[in-house]
Amino acid sequence: MTATWAWLVLLFPLLGSMTIGLTFRVLPERTAGLVGIAAIVAAFVCGILALIGLQGEPHESRHVASSLWEYASVGGFTIDLGIYVDPLSIFMVLVVTGVSSLIHIYSYSYMKSDQGYHRFFSYLNFFVFSMLVLVLAGNFIMLIVGWALVGFASYALISYWYRRNTATKAGMKAFVINVVGDIGLYIAAILIFKNLGSVDYTAVFEKAPEVFSVNEWEIVAICLCLLVGAFAKSAQMPFHTWLADAMEGPTPVSSLIHAATMVTAGVYLIARCFPLFELAPTAADIAAWVGLATLLIAGTIAIAVTDLKRIIAYSTMSQIGYMFVAVGIGGYSAGMFHLMTHAFFKALLFMAAGSIISAMANMQDIDKMKGFRKAMPFTAAMLIIGALALSGFPGTSGWFSKDEIIDFAHFRGGMYDWMWIGMLIGAFMTAIYSFRIIFRILPGPACKEAEYLEQHGHVIHGEPKNPATGQLEDTEVGYPGEEHHIAEQAGGMKFAMGVLGVLALIGGLVQIPGVSEVITHFLEPTFEDSIYAGMHPSVSQAWTGLAEGALISIAGIATAWLLYIKRPDLPARFRSRFSAVYTLCVNKWYGDQVIDFLIVNPVKAFGRFCNGVFERGVINGATAGVAGITRSAGAAVRDMQSGLLRGYAVLMLFGILAIVVYFLIRSI
Amino acid sequence: MNIEWFLVLSALLFTVGLIGVIVRRNPVVILLCLELMLSAGALALLAFSRMLGNQDGQVFVLIVLVVAACEVVVGLGLVVAMYRRRLPLDVDEMKELKG
Amino acid sequence: MEQIAFFCGAIGALGGAIAVVALKNPFYSVLALVIHLVFLAGIFLLLMAQFLAAALIVVYAGAVMVLYVFVAAYVGGIEEPRWDSSPELKLIGPIAAIALFVAISIAIVGSGLSALSTTGPDDIPAGFGTPEAVGHLMMEDFLIAFEAASILLLLAAVAAIVLAGRRREDPNKLPKGGESS
Repeated sequence: MTATWAWLVLLFPLLGSMTIGLTFRVLPERTAGLVGIAAIVAAFVCGILALIGLQGEPHESRHVASSLWEYASVGGFTIDLGIYVDPLSIFMVLVVTGVSSLIHIYSYSYMKSDQGYHRFFSYLNFFVFSMLVLVLAGNFIMLIVGWALVGFASYALISYWYRRNTATKAGMKAFVINVVGDIGLYIAAILIFKNLGSVDYTAVFEKAPEVFSVNEWEIVAICLCLLVGAFAKSAQMPFHTWLADAMEGPTPVSSLIHAATMVTAGVYLIARCFPLFELAPTAADIAAWVGLATLLIAGTIAIAVTDLKRIIAYSTMSQIGYMFVAVGIGGYSAGMFHLMTHAFFKALLFMAAGSIISAMANMQDIDKMKGFRKAMPFTAAMLIIGALALSGFPGTSGWFSKDEIIDFAHFRGGMYDWMWIGMLIGAFMTAIYSFRIIFRILPGPACKEAEYLEQHGHVIHGEPKNPATGQLEDTEVGYPGEEHHIAEQAGGMKFAMGVLGVLALIGGLVQIPGVSEVITHFLEPTFEDSIYAGMHPSVSQAWTGLAEGALISIAGIATAWLLYIKRPDLPARFRSRFSAVYTLCVNKWYGDQVIDFLIVNPVKAFGRFCNGVFERGVINGATAGVAGITRSAGAAVRDMQSGLLRGYAVLMLFGILAIVVYFLIRSI
Repeated sequence: MNIEWFLVLSALLFTVGLIGVIVRRNPVVILLCLELMLSAGALALLAFSRMLGNQDGQVFVLIVLVVAACEVVVGLGLVVAMYRRRLPLDVDEMKELKG
Repeated sequence: MEQIAFFCGAIGALGGAIAVVALKNPFYSVLALVIHLVFLAGIFLLLMAQFLAAALIVVYAGAVMVLYVFVAAYVGGIEEPRWDSSPELKLIGPIAAIALFVAISIAIVGSGLSALSTTGPDDIPAGFGTPEAVGHLMMEDFLIAFEAASILLLLAAVAAIVLAGRRREDPNKLPKGGESS
């Protein structure tokens, strides 16, 4: 029964996507949105039913593998179109469908005046379907299918306003980097099949400890290839450059794909493949160190840049860095818990940002925003809740989840203490940049847009400009629309943000150390074979960690208050004093330039070389030669084409005669 | 009755039809000759079917009859269309395919 | 007895076939083909294909030939034009065809294909070639082929309507041999 519900979880978004995509001429716009919402909510309900079914099973058999039919069967190598349902995948299903439902409801209002309403909801439902395939996959091939589909959905949605040059370029960049990750995943799957003879999760995880010894080079290679996929999808160093550009997509997309769900796929992958990573501790450590580096670097960038959505994007990278550290050092349930709370508060932050960007007529620069506190009280409240949760203010969901990770690193001790210190610094920066947003946007004298909103009761309609380049937009197709919608005036947006706000505030209560460890207990059946299964800090250690986290967070918020409210001249002075550091941060540590220099330019040069030598000389010569031969041969046989039907019949007759005579002679 | 006889008869009928296709120029007659060739093929199939004591060949013949019927319908449609357009009913007149 | 039946049938079928090719008037050619088919049906009976013999008479000699008769009557008994663009075909064609016949005959009779020199098994199951047996085969083993054939028939019917149906434009205005060739 559980498997049936899980299949239904997959079915509904697919049906929704196809229905909306195929009926865009028939259905009125609002209905498309409703169909999209209904499909995702139905998937969420099925996910809950699957959860109930799964919880009904005894503890040790709490996993179901189900296969609809054989996807391929070649020489002893069979791939089933199969899913694997266990607490981990159900957890992801619930996070994905739950947050998606809210974001669909938000988009229903937010995208109201967009020209491609049907297209948007069709893509969005398709994305949810792909993500669910990824999460529910029962073997590595299905995982790759979901992985690639998710990459495509992300591409389609980033380039959603396809008349914007910047958007299409960002889409391509995201797609290319994601494909690099896909290749890592393919190689990993091939290596797994070569060594273990199967790609099914259950078989692979059972056989891996028998075949590999700990840290054997092949299992390390497999895990590193998996990590390439995970890094690319989750925007970790050095594959991080696409995520900030992905903010070209509509805000609900940033919220759903590039904050709450898709980018966490890498974390899920590591948690899912934990039996492999525990055989290759080196690879797991690499994952954790890369996560640490990403979270620190992304934190510094987030403090420097001024584009509202990009700040939140870098904070996403940073938070995913925390999750990588968690799953890298064996704190699987801590990582998954942070994944969930992060989905709540990051989606909320993006939604609030979207509301403010609408009020600014698509302007995204926080230097130009000021005094939105009075003009948009609801959005302001939600923004504050999101920032509190993000910075780990005591009592909020982020406090419980982030500090669980930090504390786990300290608990592991040894070299992981360095990670502990790094993550504490990261948490401090998190608090600064999240309250930088708050203190720059909300208080103070209202800017022109906020004032207009306050006085006229509706948002200002600016020139349709590209927020990145300032060019005038092509308003014919693929354009956001004249009207903008803000949470204050649109019920759907308000509802979605309200629910997420409540979840961001109290979502952490499910996992209070020593009181209610729901997530850990729920995920226990999945991770019970893990070597870290029994390892977790004692209750008092956990509370000490939480207290440290609270101190750090409050200190960070206070610093932000000092920098941006009390002494607004300080940031400028820092900027001129440490101009080198500032330039480095504001240019995103030159990540794009480094990649350009190391990879893009050599590839381009190679391409030019091939164009000059091979294309001109070899290929053109060969094609021209073939064409010439064909032409002269055609001239030779043209006379046979008399156009006479009976002539053709005779030619055919000669042909048959020749064949018959040949066989006769051969039979003698 | 030896199967060879049937096969030789089939080959003979096929040859007669083939000669007709090559020699005659009226499209209606050419179609008739194609029918002859198809029925010769059907006869061979039936002979083999009898030889092997297996009825699959008979189903095959039935499908051949269906194909023949389709060919008749389209062919006669072409003839009627040619007539409608006042084209001479002579296959040698239609040689736009000349290279 | 069987031999006599076979030779009667063979002579009739062959005579009909030659008449189809030899007669000048297409109308008579059609009638000759009907005669050919009737005799051929007799030979089918000798091969224990009762159902197909009946189908040949009913569908072919009956329905399809009526279609031919209609068309032959519609377009009229046209004499072949005198001018022959390629008279050499009249010579080469029959020679090559007869060569093919000889080659096939050698393959059947003259060569060592001993498998062909048989009368077939004697213990033919009861009901061999009856409508029931063929119908069972067609509906059980060859269902897809059967369905494909029915779709083919439908397509052919549509194609015939498209080809022969009246166009809205004046056919005289179209260039000679425009679409139909």
